[in-house]
Amino acid sequence: MDLDMGKYVVFVWGCYGATALGLGGLILASLHTHMRRRKVLEALQAAADEVRK
Amino acid sequence: MINFLANPERFTRLTRPLRPWLAGLAGLLFVWGLYLCFASPEDYQQGDTVRIMYVHVPAAWMGLAVYAAMGMASFFGLIFRHSLADAAAKAIAPIGAVFTALALVTGALWGMPMWGTPWQWDGRMTSELVLLLFYIGYIALHASIEDEARAARSTAILAMVGLVNLPIVHFSVQWWNSLHQGDSIFVKGGPTIGAPMLWPLFVMVAAYHVLTAWLFLVRLDSEILARKYRALRARLSFN
Repeated sequence: MDLDMGKYVVFVWGCYGATALGLGGLILASLHTHMRRRKVLEALQAAADEVRK
Repeated sequence: MINFLANPERFTRLTRPLRPWLAGLAGLLFVWGLYLCFASPEDYQQGDTVRIMYVHVPAAWMGLAVYAAMGMASFFGLIFRHSLADAAAKAIAPIGAVFTALALVTGALWGMPMWGTPWQWDGRMTSELVLLLFYIGYIALHASIEDEARAARSTAILAMVGLVNLPIVHFSVQWWNSLHQGDSIFVKGGPTIGAPMLWPLFVMVAAYHVLTAWLFLVRLDSEILARKYRALRARLSFN
């Protein structure tokens, strides 16, 4: 395994860095939104149950 | 099958157990793929920049594949009033937008040392930029219309119009002169890339596919939750 990219270091690692940022950001944003929406829905459902009681 | 899965509750119940498996598989494929990316030999002409191919090509392919899926979901939503279709198209759009943006960025970074320029207004690069603009337009249009049914209709039409761009992206390197290289994998007589470079590419393509499937299921579930929330809030405000 060779991690020394020689004179192309900026371009190669720049690409892998951009990919990690893009995909990592997408994963984090998707999971964060999912958790937030689940919590908000659960809170509203609990409030609705209280109203029904 | 499509009608069977159209029920959001049933869809969520059936796909939820799949999600951790897909996440784990995507992780494993990325680890394996990244190892192969840096264990593969450098190209005799391009040197180490050939390793950019392993993140650039899968991103470009997924940008196209995700748009095709978005267009199909939009078609089902518009024509057959499939209840999950608009949610599916809306959920997958940002994934395709990120892949297309990454294809453009990594392509520009590859172009700098190899072509001497990050950008040229040729068929491939311009049509890829148009693809990104279609994604951005779709996301912006959906966000700008409050009425869900009207947003679904308008964005479905936009997504279907954008399908015209997909063959242009794909065939642009055959139709017009371009700095971008022509097809080298799906060509008559087999791939023109050697096996030591083809393997890392295929593993990375598999990793991108599995990651997309997982992200799609998470985002679609998220969209279903948001719609449930709006429906429940509307019901409560009536009571």
